[in-house]
Amino acid sequence: MRHLLSAGDLSRDEAVLVLDTAKELAQVGDRSVKKLPTLRGRTVVNLFYEDSTRTRISFEAAAKRMSADVLNFSAKGSSVSKGESLKDTALTLQAMGADGVVIRHGSSGAARRLANWVEGAVLNAGDGTHEHPTQALLDAYTMRERMGRLEGLRVAVVGDVLHSRVARSNVLLLHTLGAEVTLVAPPTLLPVSVGTWPCAVSYDLDEVLPKSDVVMMLRVQAERMNDAFFPTAREYSRRYGLDRDRFARMPDDAIVMHPGPMIRGMEISAEVADSPRSTITEQVANGVSVRMAVLYLLLGGSESAIGNQEG
Amino acid sequence: MSDTDTTYLLRGVRVLGADPADVLIRDGVIAGIGPGVSADGAEVVDAAGLIALPGLVDLHTHLREPGREDAETVASGSRAAAVGGYTAVHAMANTDPVADTAGVVEQVWRLGRDAGHCDIQPVGAVTRNLDGAHLAELGAMADSIAGVRVFSDDGKCVSDALLMRRALEYVKAFGGVIAQHAQEPRLTENAQMNEGAVSDRLGLAGWPAVAEEAVIARDCMLAEHVGSRLHICHVSTKGSVQIIRWAKSRGCDVTAEVTPHHLLLTDELVESYDPIYKVNPPLRTAEDVEALRGALADGTIDCVATDHAPHPIESKETEWSNAAMGMVGLETALPVVQRTMIDTGLLDWAGVAERMSATPARIGRLAGHGRPLRVGEPANVTLYDADVRREVDPVNMTSKSGNTPYRGMTLPGRVVATFLRGVPTVLDGKIQ
Ligand SMILES: [Zn+2]
Repeated sequence: MRHLLSAGDLSRDEAVLVLDTAKELAQVGDRSVKKLPTLRGRTVVNLFYEDSTRTRISFEAAAKRMSADVLNFSAKGSSVSKGESLKDTALTLQAMGADGVVIRHGSSGAARRLANWVEGAVLNAGDGTHEHPTQALLDAYTMRERMGRLEGLRVAVVGDVLHSRVARSNVLLLHTLGAEVTLVAPPTLLPVSVGTWPCAVSYDLDEVLPKSDVVMMLRVQAERMNDAFFPTAREYSRRYGLDRDRFARMPDDAIVMHPGPMIRGMEISAEVADSPRSTITEQVANGVSVRMAVLYLLLGGSESAIGNQEG
Repeated sequence: MSDTDTTYLLRGVRVLGADPADVLIRDGVIAGIGPGVSADGAEVVDAAGLIALPGLVDLHTHLREPGREDAETVASGSRAAAVGGYTAVHAMANTDPVADTAGVVEQVWRLGRDAGHCDIQPVGAVTRNLDGAHLAELGAMADSIAGVRVFSDDGKCVSDALLMRRALEYVKAFGGVIAQHAQEPRLTENAQMNEGAVSDRLGLAGWPAVAEEAVIARDCMLAEHVGSRLHICHVSTKGSVQIIRWAKSRGCDVTAEVTPHHLLLTDELVESYDPIYKVNPPLRTAEDVEALRGALADGTIDCVATDHAPHPIESKETEWSNAAMGMVGLETALPVVQRTMIDTGLLDWAGVAERMSATPARIGRLAGHGRPLRVGEPANVTLYDADVRREVDPVNMTSKSGNTPYRGMTLPGRVVATFLRGVPTVLDGKIQ
């Protein structure tokens, strides 16, 4: 594995290796000294064309815990906003000797394009409406931690699948890992060819809920409401929102996930979001471990992930 | 450029694939065809094994001048056309300023005449500044020295049904035709590529086939209702083919074109996210490609048009959604048609001559082009070697821009010579 551009790039063995490595690395977070020498001397560039403080900080924390040098390259106020092309930026990073580039970009395929132009590893941290593979990995990690398995797990992914890079990556990865995914959304928010995807599809959340071990709620972007994808926020919420009544229809041990940031009330009621069966805060913590694992596997090399303890 | 008085003898050429003959070109016309034709003082061209086609005519070329001379000029585009075997091309109107007045079309026409490599026939815009709302001065452009007969807002669809009706009616006064870029704008907002399994996988906003088909269906009905000529630009879907076939069967006076790239390439290529494949209309599926080939073979689609759309390199070496749409096509059109239509047995060379010369000249009302290779006809001739194979390298192209989707691909054939009214614009593959 040279880059991580799509969750579909991972074989089952590779995906399991990432999750196992993340588990190993998660222990570091429990230590008093939260730092490993593993990536000392390596340079990781966070190249963010879209604002996403959460994701950037997660990658930054992951890289720093393994002693990598981190450069944050935000598009705002940089030469990028003055019209420098992605290719020129890539050549600059190349000259700086970036070993890994974490890219967040509003354009689908930007990570793939960048991989043509840099020698270092490229990590897709979200490209347009295409993919967000480390989010899918941290979701899978969270499910495995909570439910103890992924094989045969019934996962409902609910909401704006059409515009969701998280949904795309999750469908691919969970299928690879043996889970059964059902996408639940109004037909306007499903891709036209969704019938060819390795998952089931339903328009009826109430019917799917009792058969779900995991319910993953997706973010609904405000602009969709103004563009006739559904009539009103109220109708959306009635048909696809996760409120207390619906929550009660889920199996007792089923969990609720959300990639955040969430719109409380519309997508998910506050009490569901804050319930012990919601994994929303764990997902954030697990994100760091999973991103450490991916960085390690792409940039690390021969040493064991934990390496030789120093200090 | 050579002296117009020079006489050329094409020795041993195959006229439409028939038995080898000698063709004599004198004073701008074909002066003799047959075995053993000879002429004192004629410059002899060894054309053994070469095919002679009537000079190709393109209904749909973007020359970018005025406005984007960094991408192409009338002169550079007409050189590329000659190298591709063309003797006449229609220059699309979406320049800057838009070719929506007699002044701009006359300027383009004069630039073409001064360059002299190829006849440049300007297309006039249907609406002022391509605004889709107000008719341009169609009559003034028709009456100008450029003699415009083809009107198009290409790049944009004339989406207002009433305005489309009026345009179709209005140009009847001077034998014009409206060439529609069929793209329902609301159904294609932010569209990036063909809508389907590939777009869903890549997370690129889809461009549904129905956005093209719905406009074609509407316009065929309008053209039939008002009894006008309608031409459909760059047909790209199987459904469009079916609608055009149905409209023709009703007696609607509709013609249609297909581009070489829609005859060969599919949306699977977009998997690379390489914007060299970004084009409008987008590359479609293998099923569409097959339907388009069949339709060109059976005459449902009347002709091949390049939609030559040059862009500077920086417009393509970028993220997909930021990249410009379009591909160059003049220099590769005939090889791609050979590969997709001749080598597959769907057409013979007479069929290619019909679809790349005679029919586009007829649709564009272009006298003196698209004529059969017969004694007394204007000597617009393309000599083509169908037996060679060449790897496409943008570095070797004549166009100012190198945005070819065939880069690195091996294609058959090579234009050896092009004659414009008896004057070679290309000899031995080189611009004269
Ligand atoms: Zn067009």
